[in-house]
Amino acid sequence: MRRFFRYAFVFVFVTVLWTAAAKAQTTAPAPGDVFATAVAGLAADNFPEKSAAVTALSELKHPNGRAVLAALLDGELYFRNSDNKVFITDGGEELLALTDPLTLAAAGSGKPDDYSRITTNNSLRKTLRSAVASFALSDPDAGVRLAAVREMLRSIDDDSVAILRASMEKESDADVRKAMHEGLALADLDSAEADTRLTAVAALKDSLSPDVYNRLTAMVTAAEDGTFAEPDERVRTTAREVIASIDSSRRVYSTIETLFFGLSLGSVLVLTAIGLAITFGVMGVINMAHGELMMLGAYTTYVVQQAMPNHIGMSIFIAIPLAFLVSACVGMLIERGVVRFLYGRPLETLLATFGVSLILQQVVRDVVSANNRPVETPAWMAGSMQINEALSITYNRLYVILFMIVVFVILQVVLQKTSLGLKVRAVAQNRNMARAMGVRTQWVDAMTFGLGSGIAGVAGVALSQLTNVGPNLGQQYIIDSFMVVVFGGVGNLWGTLIGGMSLGVVSKVLEPWAGAVLAKILVLVALILFIQRRPRGLFPQKGRAAE
Amino acid sequence: MKQAPLLSLLVGERGTAVFLAIVAIVGIVVPVMHLVPAQDSALQLSGYTMTLIGKYMTYALLAVAVDLVWGYCGILSLGHAAFFALGGYAMGMYLMRQIGTRGVYGDPVLPDFMVFLNYKELPWFWHGFDMFWFAMLMVVLVPSVLAYVFGWLAFRSRVTGVYLSIITQALTYALMLAFFRNDMGFGGNNGMTDFKDILGFAINTPSTRVALFVASAVALVLGYLACRYITLSRAGRVVQAIRDAESRTRFIGYRVESYKLWIFTFSAVLAGIAGALYVPQVGIINPSEFQPINSIEVVIWVAVGGRGMLYGAVAGAVIVNYAKTFFTAALPEFWLYALGLLFVVVTLFLPRGFVGLLDRFGRKPPAPPASPVDVKAVVA
Repeated sequence: MRRFFRYAFVFVFVTVLWTAAAKAQTTAPAPGDVFATAVAGLAADNFPEKSAAVTALSELKHPNGRAVLAALLDGELYFRNSDNKVFITDGGEELLALTDPLTLAAAGSGKPDDYSRITTNNSLRKTLRSAVASFALSDPDAGVRLAAVREMLRSIDDDSVAILRASMEKESDADVRKAMHEGLALADLDSAEADTRLTAVAALKDSLSPDVYNRLTAMVTAAEDGTFAEPDERVRTTAREVIASIDSSRRVYSTIETLFFGLSLGSVLVLTAIGLAITFGVMGVINMAHGELMMLGAYTTYVVQQAMPNHIGMSIFIAIPLAFLVSACVGMLIERGVVRFLYGRPLETLLATFGVSLILQQVVRDVVSANNRPVETPAWMAGSMQINEALSITYNRLYVILFMIVVFVILQVVLQKTSLGLKVRAVAQNRNMARAMGVRTQWVDAMTFGLGSGIAGVAGVALSQLTNVGPNLGQQYIIDSFMVVVFGGVGNLWGTLIGGMSLGVVSKVLEPWAGAVLAKILVLVALILFIQRRPRGLFPQKGRAAE
Repeated sequence: MKQAPLLSLLVGERGTAVFLAIVAIVGIVVPVMHLVPAQDSALQLSGYTMTLIGKYMTYALLAVAVDLVWGYCGILSLGHAAFFALGGYAMGMYLMRQIGTRGVYGDPVLPDFMVFLNYKELPWFWHGFDMFWFAMLMVVLVPSVLAYVFGWLAFRSRVTGVYLSIITQALTYALMLAFFRNDMGFGGNNGMTDFKDILGFAINTPSTRVALFVASAVALVLGYLACRYITLSRAGRVVQAIRDAESRTRFIGYRVESYKLWIFTFSAVLAGIAGALYVPQVGIINPSEFQPINSIEVVIWVAVGGRGMLYGAVAGAVIVNYAKTFFTAALPEFWLYALGLLFVVVTLFLPRGFVGLLDRFGRKPPAPPASPVDVKAVVA
C-alpha cells in the first residue's frame, strides 16, 4: 500500500511539473508577437511605415525574417484584402499558393483577386537588399555567409560596405573574413583619398580573385592619351608590385594544378600498364589483347550498373571485383588456348594475341552494341574540391590517383608476401631453375596471365569513369601502356609506377605549351630516343634471363 | 650455283618462276581485257577490277618489303605502313600541285585545303613537288632517311625483339597523330584527294589507269627481283644468319648493325614506292594509312603467305586482301572474326604459312627456319 502511494506521489509530481513547463512554453512567445506585428506592418499603405517594418524585421533576426524579406524583394509577398493578413506566395497567375510567414507552413491557396501584392519602391528595395544580405551574413552556415558576401561584392555600394564592416567584426570563419576583407578593399579603391586607396591596394596582396586582378590591371594600364585610371603614382607602383605578387602565386597554383593533372593522367597510365608489365616481365609475352581486357572491365561496370540502376554509388564496389574476375578468366583462357603454345616466340605471341583482340572487339560489337555505352558516374565521384580561387581539384581525378595507389599496394603485397608472388618472381628470374626447384611453371604462367588480365579489368572500371565505353576503348590506351612498360622496364613494378607517373606529368606540362596532340607526339619521340639510351627501360630485368 | 646468275635469279626457285609467270600474264591480259573488248562484252574487265588488282600489287610489294626485314632478318616492324604512307604522301603532294587552278578555290599555287585553312603562301616543304622527278626523289628519299635515322638509333643501341616492334609501332602512331593535325600542312584528317592528272595525263582515263597498273606490275617484279637478289647474295646470307643467331653472327665478326640498317632502309624504300603507286590508283591519301593496325595487317599477310619466302609474301597479300574485299562486301561483321582467327591459326598451326602448307603436300618440306629467340635461348 505504501509503495502505491509513493508511485502515486511521483506521478502527480511529474504531471504538475510537465504542465507547468508546457504553460511556460505557451506564455513565452513575446518575440513571435513582435515579429507578427512587424510582418503586419509590411502591409501598410505608405512607404515610410513599410520601411520601418523592414528595419524592425532585420533587427529582430527572427528565423523566418529572411524568407519574408526575400519574398517582398521578389514581389511575392501579398496581403489578404479582407483582413490585411500577410502571406508569402508563389506569385501564381491563376491561383496563389499561400504560406503563412509566421510558421512558414502552407496555408492553402487563394484567388489572386482576393489578394494584393505589397508594392516596393527603389529606396525600399535597396534597404531590402541589404537587409536580406545581412540576414545571410548572420546565417550559421559559413557557406551561406560566403555566398552572401560574394553576392554583395558583385554590386558594391555604401550600404553594403557598411553592412560588411559591421559583420566583419563578428565573423569567425577565416574564408568569409577574407572575402569580406577583399570586398572592402575593392570598395576602398574608389575612395577619393589616395592614402585609403594605397592601403586598399596593399591589402589585396593575397587575393587570387579575377575581379581583383582585372581591377588592379585596369588601374595601371595607360590610356591612349598616356593618363592612368589611377592618378597617384605611389598607388600605381604599389599596384604593380601587388600584381606581380599575385602573378607569382597564380603561377605556383597553376603549377600545382598541372602537376595534379599530370599525376592523375599518370595514374591512368600506370593502371593500364601495370598488368601488361606483369605478363611481360614474367613471361616475356606482349599481350596485345590487354586493351580489350580493359574494355571488358569497362563493360562489366556497365552491366553491373544496368543490373542495379538504383544503387549507382555502390555499383562500383561490385564492379571492381567482378571486372577482375571476368578479365582474369578471359585472360587465362587466352593463355591456355593460345599463348602457351607460343612460349619462346614473343613475336608470334604478339601477332596471335592481336588476333584475339580483334575477335574480342567484334564479340563486344555483336553482343552489346557497336556504339558507346553510357556509364554513370556515382554522385560521390562527381564535383570538385575548391581549394582557392585559383585552384580546384576534381574528385574523379583524385579518386583515380587513390585507386591506383590501392591497386599498386595490393599488387606489391601479392607479389612480395604471398606464395604465388614468390613463385611468380622465381619464374621471372630463371624459369628453368624455378622448374628444377619444383615450381609448376605452367600453372604459374596461367596464374600470372590471369593476374595481369584481372588488373586490366580493374583498370577498365577506372577508365569507364573517365572515357567513353565502346569497342575501341582498348585500342586508345594500348600504345600508351606499351610505352609505359618499355619506358619503365620490367625489372619491377616501381619501374611502371615511375614510368607512368613521369609520362603523365611530362605530357601535362607540355600540353599548355604545345597542345595536346603535339605534346603526345613529343612524348613518343622522346621515348623512342630514350630507348636508344636504355634499351631495357628505367628498371631493366637483371640476371641471366635478361640476356 | 650451276646456272648463270640471272637465270638462277629468275627461275632458280619454283615459287619465283610461278610468281613471275603469273605477274607477266596478269600484267598483259588484264590491260588487254580492259581496253580491247566492247563495253558490254563478257570478256570486258571493268576499270574497278583492274584498279583493285593494281592495288593488290602495291600491297604485294609492301608485303615483300616487310618479308625482307621480318622473314629474312628477323626484325618485326610494326610500322612499315608508315613508310608506305610517306611514299603515298609524296606522290599525293605532286598530284595536288598538278591540280592547279582546277581546284574548288581555283588558286594557282595553293591546294584547296590550304586556301580553306587560310595559308598565305606555300609551306617550304611543298616547294619542288610540282616537278615529277623531285616528287619521285622524295618518294624514295623521305622513307629511306626516316628508316635510316630510326634504324641507326635503334640498331646501334641493340634494341631488338618486341622492344623494337613496339617502338616501330610508336613511330607510326606518332606520325599518324602528326598528320591528323591541320597545321602540319598535309591536309589534316581529310588528307589529299580529288586528283586531276599525272604527268599531263588525266588520271581517270582508261589508258592512264592501264599505265599505272602496268607500272605497279613492273615495280612489283623489279622490287621482288631486287629482294631475291639480296637474299641470294653473300650479304643476304649474313642477314639470314643474323635472323637465326644474332649474337653468334656478331661474335664471328660481322657488323650486325650495318646489315640490319641497310636492309631496313632498303625495305622502307620499297614500301615508299608501293605507297606512291597506291595513291594515284585509289585516288586518296589520308592519315588513317598510318594507323598501327595497317602495319600489323601487313605482317599478317606475310605470315599467312609464308614468311621467309618472297613469293609467300606476295601470295599472302593477295589472299588476305581478296578475302577482305570479299568479306567486307558480303559479311562485314564477320571480317574481324576472320582476320582475328587468321592471326591465331596461322601463328599456331602454320608457321610457314599457306605456301608452306602447299610445300608439305607437294614435296618433302625443308626444315622450317628456326625462330631467332629459340636459338638465342640456346646460346644464352
